[in-house]
Amino acid sequence: MAEVPVVELSGVVKSFGPVDVLRGIEFAAYSGEVMALVGDNGAGKSTLIKGLSGVQPYDGGVVKYAGEEITLDSPQAAAHYGIEVVYQDLALCENLDIVQNMFLGKEELKQGTLNEPEMEKQATKALQALSVKTIKSIRQKVSSLSGGQRQTVAIARSVLREAKCVILDEPTAALGVAQTEQVLNLVRRLADQGVAVVIISHNLGDVFKVADRISVMYLGQMVAALKAKETTYDEVVAYITGTKVPGGEN
Amino acid sequence: MTQAETPQPSLASGHEGSINDIFRQYIARLKGGEMGAVPAVLAALTLALIFNFASPFFFTNINFTNLFVQSAELTMLAVALVFVILLAEIDLSAGVTAGVAMAVFIQLVRTWNVNWILALLAGFAVGTLIGLLIGFMVAKIGVPSFVVTLAFFLGFQGMQLVLLGEGGVYRVEVPQILAIMNNNMPLWAGWAMLIIFAGLAALVAIYDRSRRSSVGLVNKPFSIVIFKLVATLLVGGFAISIMNQNRSQGVIPIKGVPIVVPITISILMIATFILDRTRFGRHLYAVGGNPEAARRAGIKVVRIRIYAFVICAFLAVVSGVFHASRIGSVDGSAGHTIVLSGVAAAVVGGVSLFGGRGRLAHAAIGAVVISMIDNGLGLLSMPSGINFLVQGGVLLLAATVDALARTRGGVVRRN
Repeated sequence: MAEVPVVELSGVVKSFGPVDVLRGIEFAAYSGEVMALVGDNGAGKSTLIKGLSGVQPYDGGVVKYAGEEITLDSPQAAAHYGIEVVYQDLALCENLDIVQNMFLGKEELKQGTLNEPEMEKQATKALQALSVKTIKSIRQKVSSLSGGQRQTVAIARSVLREAKCVILDEPTAALGVAQTEQVLNLVRRLADQGVAVVIISHNLGDVFKVADRISVMYLGQMVAALKAKETTYDEVVAYITGTKVPGGEN
Repeated sequence: MTQAETPQPSLASGHEGSINDIFRQYIARLKGGEMGAVPAVLAALTLALIFNFASPFFFTNINFTNLFVQSAELTMLAVALVFVILLAEIDLSAGVTAGVAMAVFIQLVRTWNVNWILALLAGFAVGTLIGLLIGFMVAKIGVPSFVVTLAFFLGFQGMQLVLLGEGGVYRVEVPQILAIMNNNMPLWAGWAMLIIFAGLAALVAIYDRSRRSSVGLVNKPFSIVIFKLVATLLVGGFAISIMNQNRSQGVIPIKGVPIVVPITISILMIATFILDRTRFGRHLYAVGGNPEAARRAGIKVVRIRIYAFVICAFLAVVSGVFHASRIGSVDGSAGHTIVLSGVAAAVVGGVSLFGGRGRLAHAAIGAVVISMIDNGLGLLSMPSGINFLVQGGVLLLAATVDALARTRGGVVRRN
């Protein structure tokens, strides 16, 4: 393939004691595309993500960033390469406002004190870049936001940090229909900005709506890497449930 | 998905609109459970009214000034405790930490003839070390702060007795320490203090506005700055004009602002600066709001927790110095009972025991409320049992308001 993936994994393994959770994973996420990562519970999706985020380093295998081999042994290392994870529980501080949350841990300073105007400006820009219309004031406390708005803030935070690869863990799991729609639109716009987006979801409807590619995991292995346009709902389900395996049907 | 050129959505920052709009936003926040200092201010005004009717002495010059002086210790302790309460932790040993530090101070001065400044520094060093130890136990080892500081609360009462001897009472004979609570500034210095503090606040506000406009952000109407400045000058001017009148019942006149007032206000301003304008302050609020989110954002949670306990212990020692200055002696029972009043003051001031919410200045107002109860009931010659009952009731009420505000804040104001 001509294009170099932003993040590429090959032969990645991870085990917890006697349990092999990842058994030689091949995976790639491309700039400007939404890659869906699907698989049943226990397939190893979370472990794969935790490795990418540096929280739980892999035992072996090769991780490449823009074609170069790297080591992801800490969250700081992942952040250094612009890999950001938006967790399911969002990890926002409800007592802080949107700007404060978006800059948490990376506050802009001026003469040693917080540079609030600069942060407010950049946060506004990041939200506008994603065409966010659902948020009224960026100085609202997060406690006053709905689930979809919180998801928006969490995603916008990764934009602000100039992430190259954003991993979204079940972004629509707790949302209603309208809010799901908003978040999926947001995911699409994120990719349109040139970010490699990885979205984990159990909802195949959402996956087909937003994803360019679909990677299916089954029992610690990557059983399929499909293009969303060239596959079907049934095929993906078959891979997820293990009724279809690479190289033929059982 | 096709995306047409949509106009950029506008995002408000809370600075837009006229005074009316901003006032409406403020009312909406109040209704949403973010009541800030309002309950404490209302409580203070109500108490002032009640005590004014109940006792002819309450609003005399001497009692007004006494109230400020008496509340200084409690204010300082409440400010100290805010740093740990913001993390949803508690420091029950803050009072006795101050007691131990002052015991060290007095022994160094009296028994070892150490220079009083060095002895005071040693006292602060002891306090800081204790804070470090508590912070280490809580943040690094993971013992609940309630248990750690309860243990220290008991242990340090013993330590005070060991340091001072059973029944040991030592007079403070350092004039500089005694001056803090007992001496007054010249009349002009009181007014100068008001102008300096109000001017400083106004300059900061103007500086903030210029910074906002330099990056192209809107500012609130300038009249708000003027309004705040005028309000500060009026309230401050009223207080100073009372303190500058003679309040002596004897021959020698006593007038002027007590020295403790500028010290307390300065510490309040510095601590507020740390909480509101530094990265540490922001991270403190973040850890108090959601430690896991803070950790994932790369904040060193353990370090923030330890610092909070160190600051708390340090400021508690300041409170201890005030206490020693006021009563003029150090004894083995210093700081045993004040700590719960300090917690009450913070909570009455709207600092949430659940962590992450509350402001220093509000805790100071809470301290004035608690001091008023003490002072007013004292004037009415109520038995101290009534005093404790009322204080307990106020604390319970404030904590209930806190709990209710917390649940309300989560459900209302969803747009």
